[in-house]
Formats: sequence, structure tokens, C-alpha cells
Amino acid sequence: MLKPINLAAALLALSLASPLAAQDGEPQSGGTLNVVIQPEPPSLMLGLVQNGPTQMVGGDIYESLLRYDFDLKPEGQLAESWEISEDGKTYTFKLRQGVTFHDGTPFTSADVEFSMDKFLRESHSRMRTYMEHVESIETPDEHTVVFNLKQPFGPFIGIFEPGTAPMIPKHIYEGTDFATNEANNTPIGTGPFKFDKWEKGSFIHLVKNEDYYMEGKPYVNEVYYHVIPDAASRAVAYETGKVDVLPGGSVENFDVSRIQAMENTCITDKGWEYFGPLSWMWVNMNNKPLDDVNVRRAIMHAVDRNFAKDALWNGLGKVATGPFTSSTRFWDGDTPDISYDPEKAKALLADSSYNGEKIRILGLPYGETWQRWAEAVKQNLSEIGMDTEIVPSDVAGWNQKISDRDFDLAFTYLYQYGDPALGVSRSYMGSNAAPGSPWNNVANYQNPETDKMFEEAALMANPDDRKAAYKTIQDQIVSDVPNIWLLELGFPTIYRCNIKNPVNTAFGVNDGFRDVWIDTK
Amino acid sequence: MKDFWKRFRYNRGAVIGLFILAFVIATAILAPVLFPQSPWKMVQRPFLPPFTQDGLMLGTDALGRDVMAGLAHGAYVSLLVGLVSTIVALAIGVPVGALAGYFAGRTDDALMRFTEFFQTIPSFALAIVLLAIFQPSLTFVIIAISIVSWPPVARLVRGEVLSLRTREFVEAATLSGLGNTQIILRHILPNALPPIIVLASLMVAQAILLESSLSFLGLGDPNIMSWGYMIGAARTVIRTAWWLSFLPGMAILLTVLALNLIGEGLNDALNPRLTRKSE
Repeated sequence: MLKPINLAAALLALSLASPLAAQDGEPQSGGTLNVVIQPEPPSLMLGLVQNGPTQMVGGDIYESLLRYDFDLKPEGQLAESWEISEDGKTYTFKLRQGVTFHDGTPFTSADVEFSMDKFLRESHSRMRTYMEHVESIETPDEHTVVFNLKQPFGPFIGIFEPGTAPMIPKHIYEGTDFATNEANNTPIGTGPFKFDKWEKGSFIHLVKNEDYYMEGKPYVNEVYYHVIPDAASRAVAYETGKVDVLPGGSVENFDVSRIQAMENTCITDKGWEYFGPLSWMWVNMNNKPLDDVNVRRAIMHAVDRNFAKDALWNGLGKVATGPFTSSTRFWDGDTPDISYDPEKAKALLADSSYNGEKIRILGLPYGETWQRWAEAVKQNLSEIGMDTEIVPSDVAGWNQKISDRDFDLAFTYLYQYGDPALGVSRSYMGSNAAPGSPWNNVANYQNPETDKMFEEAALMANPDDRKAAYKTIQDQIVSDVPNIWLLELGFPTIYRCNIKNPVNTAFGVNDGFRDVWIDTK
Repeated sequence: MKDFWKRFRYNRGAVIGLFILAFVIATAILAPVLFPQSPWKMVQRPFLPPFTQDGLMLGTDALGRDVMAGLAHGAYVSLLVGLVSTIVALAIGVPVGALAGYFAGRTDDALMRFTEFFQTIPSFALAIVLLAIFQPSLTFVIIAISIVSWPPVARLVRGEVLSLRTREFVEAATLSGLGNTQIILRHILPNALPPIIVLASLMVAQAILLESSLSFLGLGDPNIMSWGYMIGAARTVIRTAWWLSFLPGMAILLTVLALNLIGEGLNDALNPRLTRKSE
């Protein structure tokens, strides 16, 4: 007979299995790492394709100048040191000596200039918008790169990670058509692992880079990424020992509690600080009565987010405080109160223009967890006297309905990319509200004041000024409640406890297995 | 009528079926009284096993909703879908079959080819397609089930009518100057009724199964608590909370079994020639 899940016990187990107990013991070399990859990436060439699975495998092969710890503080990777000028317009990077690409060619400042200025500007849409702030790139010597910006752009220091700014070998790509270059099938970077073999539909095999510039690293000899298309089969693959690491999102939430109860199994929700996935419900402010702030506030206080966290997300993640994820820069925890308070919600609703209209809830068609979540919210709202209806849809229908603004409340979640100028402002800028896209200011929040502040804050040189500006923005947006913020999602990475260090930066398993070692004792 | 009941009672299975069905119907009718709160209400902590908490005899599901309340309210939905879609299917199938059988010839050809058009497509696949096109709401679920389940009715009725229309009493009716409508409605159909009733009882069972399967696949109305939905929602946790799938599964099994037993009993009672002669 199977035991019922005991949430409290599961949470206790979670807090005991500290993900950072990685420092124990001397690192050992050797061994094979078996990881799940889901879905199979279309390509491993990180400069051309940046979807999730490509970033995960590509993060072992390619590197950038920096990496970021859990607080998004930059650490040196290919850059040894860096300097930002007083006026915030000049960024000088000193590159590490003795770094070579997998084919033996040395990595120099020319590769940095080529990657940033030519390759990524052409092939990486997110990067292209960042590079618009750059006036010129100078390479005074082989190991120095200087970026001159048109105006201060605070988020700039946060873009030097492999998924955004991978360093591409100039000698292979210069003068060729990037998208059709044959070398895309055998990607070459500076990373700790080299591409070996890709058996389509089955596995991707990487081997240790023996000439890696960090003494003794990487520790493991090889990495296998296993392609397993079905969530239940992925869970079984872990249970039978075929794979040892399940990256966030590999298995259904409902399976997590069962798997984490297994022996020698650790779990961490760290490693998502850069992406900072935040879930919320868009409130369609084009529709009555949702244009009334009291109705929106009532909904905000009616939704029991702690319950959703415990019952649907196995206690992982955090209850959101507003439009910023707590790991995003300039997050402010001291925003107006939006906690669960049905009595207050009822009072607000009574004071509002709500007259028993039926509110349509559009769930996110990403599986059971989201479906249950929509049901829970529907129930929460019915308890304060709102009449609601769940509108079913598939992924294509969801995209269509959001783009057409054909909903009242709609579930979604988006990444924040570490900085409000990169991942938050797009959802709240009045100028970014045109129908037709499911990723812009879908709620149609119009506030000229916050618009102006968002624009100014992105270009401030001094981080303290930015902090103050974003504090005002957060207070204002939270009191307007254009969206019903739900949870900072916790996508747990599950792994065998004797695998040390699988997650040690804000990018989690996407940042390569440079520091991973397997304890065989 | 007395004879009918006597013959029906002779089939012990049918009587048991009748008791089960009566219980299910009573549950469905009394659900709003016994469980006045919405079955969607989250009342306790999630995944309480059955018989561990007073007042929550069958425990709670993944969101802490009362499983017992879900089953009771689900009974209403299942029976409603079963009955209404059967009535709609009869309303399509009986006229089509009767016209085809009575007029024969070209009319028969045309109507039967039309019927076969529906019969060649597997009914479950057709129902899925219909619901993927329309929005899955209770109305469309009923419509979809009706559309896929009327062809067997049409074929049965046509067969019966074909064999009845050459009988003497029909010829007599024709000679006495009755119109076609009168003859079909007053003389032929009443005589074709017994097999239709038996078929209808089985169709209700079939419709309940179809609705459950559709809800299981997530094609049911997401705003309505039904047995199929309960199983579908519980299947991801079947290894940790098997009873969440098992209990609504039992409910479906018993209800469908009851309807089948009743169908058999009706068959015995309405076709005296087939009844065992052991009295």
C-alpha cells in the first residue's frame, strides 16, 4: 500500500537536503554524468538557437566573459577582471590568458569583438536590442576588450552569460554564412566539455576538454544528455538509475514528492535566479468591470497563493510580492500588501462596480498543475462571490486568445533575465500594449508615470538611483494591480546526492558542469 | 403490466441492477441536499485517505476537495449526460430508421448511406474531433455523444419497420385509408418499441462511458465535476493516491453494470418468447 503524501514531511526533507552542501570533501575526478534533456534541442549552436535545451547543452560547450552567482553578482569566466567607468559608459574587460578553443586555436579579444559585434548582432534577437546601446568596441591588445556605450545602460553588466553572449570562434565563422556553416553540427567553444556525438532521438554525448584552462577541471569524464519525450518515462528513468540529474521541469510536479523520497536523492530550486520565472494572471483591463481597481484588488486578495504553492508546487517557489521576482535586481520586498485575505476581498468587491458578471479564466495548457491551479483560483473567487468560468484551450488556442485579448483573467509565466529593464518593463509599458502578441503588455496597463520612470531607470548610471526609481515603480504598480501576481516558480532540479555542485550559479544546469564531481565513496 | 414485472423480476440480475440504479439516481437527486457546498470547494488538506477524517468519509483529492461530494455531484452529471444524449440520439435515430424502413427504395438508400457515413468513423474518434472543434462545454459534450450514438438506433428501427410494414394489420390500416404518418406513429412504432427500449437502456450506459472517457482526456466541461474528470485528474497521482482514481472508477463500473443488467431484464420482460420456459 502506498503512503499518502505528507506535505510537512516533504518540506522538512527538502530543507534538510541542502543543495549547497557541495563543498564537503575533496573533488574527485572521473565518472559519467547522465542527464535528462527535454525536449530534444533543434541545434547545439548557442549563437544561433537559444531555447531551453540548447542553452543547457550549449552551456557546457560555450562560455561567456562572466558568470553570475545566486545573487546575480558577476564572477570572472573568460574575463579575469573588469571595470565600469564612473559615468557608466565604458566597460573594460581583461581576458584570461592561455584559453584555447576546442580545436586548439587561442581565444583572444578578436573573438569577443567578432561574437558581440558581428555574429550575435546578426543572429540573436535579444542581443541585438542590447547591442543598440553600444557605440563601439575596441581591442587595444589580445587580452583587452573595451565597450563604449552611447549612454549608461545598467543591465549591460548582466548580459555576459553563455545563453546571451556566447563566445564564438572567429576563425571558423568569419566571412561565412553563419546559419548554414557546417561547423554548426560540431559546435566548438571554449567550454569544459567538447561535443562528441549526437544520436538524434536518443542522446547527446559530450567529453571532457582535457586542455581546459582551469587546473583539474572539469572533473567528470563525459556527459550524456538523454532524450526521453514522456514525463512519466523520465521519472522512471531516474528511478531505475538510467539518469542521475533531472533538470527543472523534467517531471510532473506530482511526481516530485515521490522521487524526492528516494534514497540518495537531493533537490534544489536554486539555479533559476537569472530567469526568475514569475507566474501571474493577466487582467484584461479592456473589459468591464476589470478596469475598476477595486475589482482587481479584490481578486488579488481572494487568491490563496500559499495554498497553490504547497498543494500544487510541492512547497517550492515563493509567493510573489509584485511585478519583480525576488532574485531580479532592484526587487523591493516592501510593496503594498497583497496577501490572501478573503474578508478584505469581499469588502473591496462590495465597494466596486462588480455586478455579478461572469469572469472567464483562461488556464495555461501546460499540464495538470496549471489545470488544477485554474480550478483552485476559480474556487477562491467563487468564495468571495464572483461568478467565474474556466475556458479550456490548447497551446495554440491559448496564444491566439491572449494575442486577441479574448479573456478576462489568463494564467502565464515569464522570465525576467535578472534586470527589470530586460524582463519586467516589457509587461507594463503603455507603449508595448498593442494586441497581436501574447508576450507584451497584455493587460493593457496604461500609466504614463511608470512608463517614464521605466525609461529613465534603464539608462541611469548609478545603481542606487536605479534602485530608488524601481522602488517607486513597484509601489505604484502593486497598488494598481494590473496583474494578479501568483508565485515565483520553483523548478526543482533533482539529482543523486553524491553528484556534487550540479547547480552553483544563477543559471543552474544551464551554466555547464564545470564544477561537478561525483563522490564514489 | 403485471406480467411484465413478473418476467422482469424473474431475472435476478436485473433486479439488482434496478436497485443500484435507484441508489445512483437518489444520490444524484439528493446531492445538493447532502452536499450543499460546491464539490470544487477545498475543504481540508489535500490527499487525505478515505476513512481517516470524520465528515470526509472518502478523503480529499489533490486540491483538498471532498471526494464524496465529487462522486455525488458527478452522479448527477453522468446521469444527465446519459439520459439527455440518449433521448437526443433516439430523436434522430428513430425517425431516420422509421422513414427508411417504411418507404424503402430510394429513401431507404439515401438515409442508410447517410447513416453509414457516420458508422464508418469510429464513434470515440468522431466525438473527440467534434469536441476539439467546438468548445468543450456540457451542451457540446451531449451533442457530440448524441451525434455518434444515433446510427445503431436508425439501423435497428429500420429493420423492425421493414419486417412490420408487410404485416396484415398494416395492410388493413392502409386499406382503411389511414395516412402514412398515422400508420407509422400509431401502428408500426408501438410494435417496434420493445427492442428500442432495450437498446436505449444500453445506450445510456454507453453515453456515461463516453462522457467519462472524454472528461478523462480533458475534453469534458472544465467547470463541471464528473466521474471521468475525477479519474483524469487523479491519474497523475495514481501511484501515491490510487483511491482517487479507484472510487470514481467503481462508480462508473457499477452504474454501467446496473444499466446493462436492467437492459437484459427488459429484454426478457419485453420479449416473452425468449424467456426461459421453466415456470
